[in-house]
Amino acid sequence: MKVSVVITLKKDVLDPQGKVIHQTLNGMGFDNIKEVRQGKYFEIITKEDDKEKAERKVEDMCIKLLTNLVIEDYKIIK
Amino acid sequence: MNSSVITFPGSNCDRDMDVALKKFGFNNKMVWHENVDLPKSDLVVLPGGFSYGDYLRCGSMASKSKIMRSVINFAKDGGKVMGICNGFQILIESGLLPGAMLRNKYLEFICKNVFVKVNDKDNSYFKGLKKDILEFHIAHNEGNYFCTSEQVKEIDDNNQIALYYSDVNGNIDENNNPNGSIKNIAGIFNKEKNVLGMMPHPERMIDLLLSGEDGSIFFENLINNLK
Repeated sequence: MKVSVVITLKKDVLDPQGKVIHQTLNGMGFDNIKEVRQGKYFEIITKEDDKEKAERKVEDMCIKLLTNLVIEDYKIIK
Repeated sequence: MNSSVITFPGSNCDRDMDVALKKFGFNNKMVWHENVDLPKSDLVVLPGGFSYGDYLRCGSMASKSKIMRSVINFAKDGGKVMGICNGFQILIESGLLPGAMLRNKYLEFICKNVFVKVNDKDNSYFKGLKKDILEFHIAHNEGNYFCTSEQVKEIDDNNQIALYYSDVNGNIDENNNPNGSIKNIAGIFNKEKNVLGMMPHPERMIDLLLSGEDGSIFFENLINNLK
């Protein structure tokens, strides 16, 4: 079973990389962008067959290692 | 005084720290991260570097290594633990210190001398220090200290800020903030003040011929305080 997680900086945390990408895209002519946030993406392939159990395990991984909850949010992609 | 410096894969300031500690009288041991037991220590130091190649988040992998379980227990029993640079990041990731580290505000690796102002001397790291403003070296990409507004209030109320980035006269303002760190924070304590994390490297300022002597002042004072 594959579980996918996206981790991004929290809304109120400055994301300087996202800002620079935003400016660069503007410079390239993509001018109707509101905001760019950069994040991380994980694919975790578990031996678990039960979807719910697998997602609960991955959530535990997010809390214990994959994210620092002071600055980041995680989202398991359903 | 016995000290231990922990070496993680990717640590690169561990031997400098060893030289510094020995120079000022510590009987220092180097401890590999896979060891389970900590030698008898009056001070444990987590050195600077790039443990585990800064994978995931700086310090996050090292914070889960075997020796860290012993270091965390040692700290919870009141043992003195000091983390420099990557060591500071490891202390944050292990939960011994609050907050998080973000990339430097202008996305640059910063490597230069800075001045830091000691905020509080009512602790075993800075008690009796003969200077208030020290010139130390910084070299980091993720030193932009961040914490939630509740955490800022808590560390302020408990007087947990150890060092501020400042100018030579001790002015703490945005012009003297190299990395965007909240409140110009360069170093913090835990509540009990036995755990200290700081981005600047005192071990790089122990020889006048090479750099400066403010690190010497810090280490001389530290060993006297621990005796």
